[in-house]
Amino acid sequence: MRYLPAWGTWTDRRVERLLGALACTVLALIAAMVVFVFTKAWPSFAHNGLSWFGGGGNVDRQLAAIFDSPSNPQDYVYTLHAWPMLYATALLSGIAVICGLVFALLCAVFIVEFAPEPMRRVLEPAVRLLAAVPSVVYGLIGILVLVPLVGNHVVSESMKRSVAYVVQLDGTSLLVGAAVLTVMVTPIMIAIVVDALRAVPRGWTEGAAALGVNRWRAMWTISVRAARPAIVAAAVLATARALGEAIMLAMVAGSVGFAPNPLDGMLFFFEPARPLAATIVDNAEGLSVVPFGQTIYAFAAVLLVSSLFLSLAGWAAKRPLKRYGLAAR
Amino acid sequence: MGSLTEPPPPVRRIVLDAEPRVVEAPVGGNGNGNGNGNGHLRHAARRRDPVSPPRERMQIEGLTIAYGGKVAVNSVSLPVRQGEVLALIGPSGCGKTTLLRSLNRLTELTPTASRSGRISLDGEDVDTLEVTQLRRRVSMVFQQPNPFPMSIADNVAYGLREGGGRRRSKSDMRPAVIDALQRAGLYDEVADDLDHPALRLSGGQQQRLCIARALAVGPEVLLLDEPCSALDPRSTETIERLIVKLREEVAVVIVTHNLQQAFRVADHVAFMYLGELVEYGLADQVFGSPHAKRTRDYIAGSFG
Amino acid sequence: MTALRAPAPPSPPVRHGAVESTASWSRLDRVGLALCWAAGLALCAICAAILLFMLFKGLQFLRPALLFSHPLPDLDQSRTGGFLDPLIGTFVLTLIGIAFALPIGVATAVWLTEYGRPAGLARAVESGIEIVAGTPSIVLAIFGLIIFQQHVFGFLSFTAQGGSVFGRSFLTAGAMMALLALPLVVGATREALNAIPAHVREASYALGASKARTIRRVLLPGARGGIATGATLGMGRIAGDTAIVVILLGASLQMQHGDGPPGYSILSGTGSTLTTYVYNNSPAGEGNAPDKAYAAAFVLLAIVILLNFAVGSIGGSERRVAWGR
Repeated sequence: MRYLPAWGTWTDRRVERLLGALACTVLALIAAMVVFVFTKAWPSFAHNGLSWFGGGGNVDRQLAAIFDSPSNPQDYVYTLHAWPMLYATALLSGIAVICGLVFALLCAVFIVEFAPEPMRRVLEPAVRLLAAVPSVVYGLIGILVLVPLVGNHVVSESMKRSVAYVVQLDGTSLLVGAAVLTVMVTPIMIAIVVDALRAVPRGWTEGAAALGVNRWRAMWTISVRAARPAIVAAAVLATARALGEAIMLAMVAGSVGFAPNPLDGMLFFFEPARPLAATIVDNAEGLSVVPFGQTIYAFAAVLLVSSLFLSLAGWAAKRPLKRYGLAAR
Repeated sequence: MGSLTEPPPPVRRIVLDAEPRVVEAPVGGNGNGNGNGNGHLRHAARRRDPVSPPRERMQIEGLTIAYGGKVAVNSVSLPVRQGEVLALIGPSGCGKTTLLRSLNRLTELTPTASRSGRISLDGEDVDTLEVTQLRRRVSMVFQQPNPFPMSIADNVAYGLREGGGRRRSKSDMRPAVIDALQRAGLYDEVADDLDHPALRLSGGQQQRLCIARALAVGPEVLLLDEPCSALDPRSTETIERLIVKLREEVAVVIVTHNLQQAFRVADHVAFMYLGELVEYGLADQVFGSPHAKRTRDYIAGSFG
Repeated sequence: MTALRAPAPPSPPVRHGAVESTASWSRLDRVGLALCWAAGLALCAICAAILLFMLFKGLQFLRPALLFSHPLPDLDQSRTGGFLDPLIGTFVLTLIGIAFALPIGVATAVWLTEYGRPAGLARAVESGIEIVAGTPSIVLAIFGLIIFQQHVFGFLSFTAQGGSVFGRSFLTAGAMMALLALPLVVGATREALNAIPAHVREASYALGASKARTIRRVLLPGARGGIATGATLGMGRIAGDTAIVVILLGASLQMQHGDGPPGYSILSGTGSTLTTYVYNNSPAGEGNAPDKAYAAAFVLLAIVILLNFAVGSIGGSERRVAWGR
């Protein structure tokens, strides 16, 4: 009889080590990503210090100045105040995730509990479909349909004139960007929340029904409450997607680095806003110029840190919910 | 069936050279001659007589329930009375759980279920009542304890808070919570821990919590679906005593596959087989001298 | 009632109970229900609008000639040709990406489910996969550019006369695309492996097979459906991505050959894909041919939807492997 040692045969150990090494390439890649991106991005941060994150000046002009730097390394221009882009990123992602979460929760509850059967059979593939549509298609519809709609019909001439000295209101705006971004992130959230609502133990839902609680109340107080870890996971996933959305927003939310001003009232929503990721895409041709490339790498570094931070935040937010017996998915 | 000799006391250990000690077997029954074939039941403790004349709460008339095309309950008629415990017994698949669940219209949660016949609560047809209101008057405790993922106090107050109308604050509900926990016999054990998660309780405590939760909404009828089948003997005993105590306040219907348990707690017994009501009557009579042969066979353990 | 007789048919009429009406609900509850319905209907409307619009515009503008002619740089729109090169580019890039992603992904998934020692390392790898899944593709693209512009990787792309590595080619873009598909492949494979019950593994070990042999002969074939699902989902993701292509594929309209032997030169050369073609032909890019953009977008959407919905039929029949017991 063949004897199989506890630690596996020689082949087993080799295979284990090989597979383990392949699996760890992921970790090596992440480490390399952090190291390389920050190394390349460092000069931009070093020259600006904390004012890199501050405001002041026109971002596009600053970027042009960096691009036009003389070729002598001593004379490289690095001055940049990236606040408009950071602000635009936060605004767009924040609006999209918050609106999307509310919309997704309502849709998920509808799909799980209240939708009539034929409607449910249409809605579930519809959600999967929306999640699969590439971002460039969303961008195309946005730029060819929604932007002219807003630019020509919603924004009046007088509105355009009132801010003409600062920025052009041509329809590429915060409104269109946030709206399309909401539609982009909602399907993922719906899918996750629907799975979680369906996974709530039947004992709880039947118990609530048996106590004479109506379906709406039972759904919200029991099922949605039990699905809280999944809702957190969905929000984190959606925020990650929203932060990293480059192409659609480059097409639809304006190509000027402008910070929409909330004091402008309604015009706030019609002003263009270009987030970090879209800025990288818009300026990708200039990467060969050294200081310009380093500035772009700095943008990538900020995005990288944000997404790492998001993963950490998602993990931390789910821990307290384990106390009440809600398993994290 | 012939008379059986007294079963010998259980052998604990064999000790050589010890003085033999003879133990009298306990006398079972309250003396209406039930010595035929029910010796194994005679060791169970008997329950008390009802304290006040039972008051009819629910009337089931000609109830038929089918899942799709398959009939689960066929033309059953039973009364449910407050002041007594009605036990539904029978082998697996006989329709007793389906019958129980139809009393608070929980069968409607299954899409393929259909029902005909009449169930009335205090004279009103349950189909004419709003279903959430019906379920507040006819409460249910399930086989597996299912406390919600909340604190103990929130669990007990859940039915009251979500029962419709404006949500009342947690502090308003506290007296009702304490009262329900006392009625369920759990308050002494959890008085200090009302805000702790309910899932930390033991199985028997969780089941009593579920009973407290069901009682908190002030039902007239309490339905119990094999409440002790997932519990250890000590918790079972506690809950059985609780059931007997509760029957004065609410009408109790309990489904059980454990004949001894039915014998201990029931006042009336309904024996069902393959969806039909085979026999219904006082517990003493059904266990002591059952009319139907099938009942006799079941109680003697020939099948089930 | 002593004999067992067949149960009588239900007495007519068999009726269901009265359906729960919302009359007893509080106003807040009813408003909530109305909001739910509104959200559901809005979702249907949005999905229908997007699909029907793209269908309409695509059929309006798509001509077979477009699919088979090369794109030409020309100011006159009638002579700019079709999008054959971008179409080929999409296929090539997807294949390269999944070719890189599958081995690493399956290996990682196998290691995580079957070995996973030490436990801390396994958790770190799982977190790593999640981090990669959450990293924006633009950041992956920038990282790819940095890495592949190092001289070590000069063989992957075109090296200019001055010695600077171009860093942009099908291979480099494909390598980064692999990172996009990796989490999907790992997830699907792990699910498929976990679905194989323990007794199958035990039976194999009991017959004297080593763990490596069990994996190769028993588990991986059994997880074929899941692996195929993951690969298809990954391909769908790769086909739809634009950011990596913009940065890492070099924006050449037609496929340009790079360094190296004839077959390899295509891979180390630059080109474009349907995604960048759509982007460039939209008002946001240089060309301004919305009709060609619509046609290409329609083809792209069709490809991506096909890939995402084909998983149902690929994985379907194979997934229902009867494991017994």
